[in-house]
Amino acid sequence: MKRLKLVLVIFISFLLNSLSHAKDPSELINGIVNEAALILKSTDPVESKIIKLNDIAERSVDISGIGMYALGKHKKSMSEDEKTKYKKLFKSYFLKSFSSRLVDYTDPKINVVSQKKINEKYTIVNSILEATSKRPQVKIDWRIYTKNPDKPLIRDLIVEGLSLARTQKEEFNSIIQNNDGNINSLFKTLEEFLIK
Amino acid sequence: MKRLFSIIIIIVFSQFQYLNAIADSDGEVEVSSKENNNKEVKDCFESVNRGIFAFNQGLDKIIFKPLSKGYRKLPQPVRSGTSNVLSNLGNVVTIPNNILQGQIKDAGINSFRLIVNSTLGIAGIFDVASYYGLKKRDKEDYGQTFGTWGVGEGCYFVLPVLGPTTVRDSVGSLVNVLGGDAWYNVTVANDTQYFNEADYYLSRVTSGIDFRAKNLESFNSLEKTSIDLYASIRSLYLQDRQRKIKNIDEETETMSDDDWEEID
Repeated sequence: MKRLKLVLVIFISFLLNSLSHAKDPSELINGIVNEAALILKSTDPVESKIIKLNDIAERSVDISGIGMYALGKHKKSMSEDEKTKYKKLFKSYFLKSFSSRLVDYTDPKINVVSQKKINEKYTIVNSILEATSKRPQVKIDWRIYTKNPDKPLIRDLIVEGLSLARTQKEEFNSIIQNNDGNINSLFKTLEEFLIK
Repeated sequence: MKRLFSIIIIIVFSQFQYLNAIADSDGEVEVSSKENNNKEVKDCFESVNRGIFAFNQGLDKIIFKPLSKGYRKLPQPVRSGTSNVLSNLGNVVTIPNNILQGQIKDAGINSFRLIVNSTLGIAGIFDVASYYGLKKRDKEDYGQTFGTWGVGEGCYFVLPVLGPTTVRDSVGSLVNVLGGDAWYNVTVANDTQYFNEADYYLSRVTSGIDFRAKNLESFNSLEKTSIDLYASIRSLYLQDRQRKIKNIDEETETMSDDDWEEID
């Protein structure tokens, strides 16, 4: 009986421990938004800001998942070598594009307003980018991959209902399709973007 | 000729927000559209479309972007008032489309908004209706109405100056000049003592500039980070139209997990 109690205590403490580590998706967004705001507000040089922003992205965005999603149907016909090369290129492309988009904002104020669990794998966090004197408020929804609840990751940003991941997918598809399905054309375009 | 010119001007500024371009490439590309039961939107004459897109991009650079930057320099209350007036005028197209789409409650609210803002709000400058709890509704147009009736997009194409569109949306824009837009009817189609054609064209041009000014940063960011701007704008245009037809504010097609299943 004592042994059973001990097992039960261990089990419950393990459960509580794992629950305490499960990160709430809204918490994730609040955390990175605040962290990014501090970086953008700082007087650091742009290069330093970019390094810090990229660090946030690497920790909180499923770059590899987005990359594979963006390939769409073309990933089925790719060799393992091509996939490895693509993943590397996509990561660099994503980080460059991510930081150069953000670095223009000096003090973005994003407020998380709600979240909706779609299924075990995905939760949508709804937020608002506050209006400024130059532009109206913008609705931003974050698609969070929650398969591993301890490490939720961002997979898509839906700005005013427009999915950035889907736009990326159709952009890549267009490049490949317009070059007779040659995946190297995408690699070349990504490389050109990186050296710009 | 005068009528044709009117039609062109109307479509230009109703679709102005999608002006942008790049050139090159060939063939016919299919753009996925799961919201539309997995049907695909064909980009007819893509190489020609890309050329026209490049031309539009040039126009944007030398005309619309500088005008929008200048507009941004106006005091905030002036821009808000202008935006409110244009939004109020837009109700004359939204209301019939609310009815055609069976959105009777929205039609009622928009009608009240139009009356209250046109009178108490001094020609729509002030959004008094919102103050009284009549919150602003989404805009509706005839292209969206056709969409809700099940009419497919048809080909995607780009018009000179007018920007991206589909066959369905172009036909929708034509309905405006065939009597579907009360503002057009009292300014251009019929001679009235109170308004003339210039009022109509001014409202359309200002509407385009107002939109462009609100989105200067977004366009700059897109131009800077896109590796195929034409394809990006095409995707955004089609997503936006689908969202408006479905009348969904918070969720988009990618909320359907089908897109993501394959990578999990």
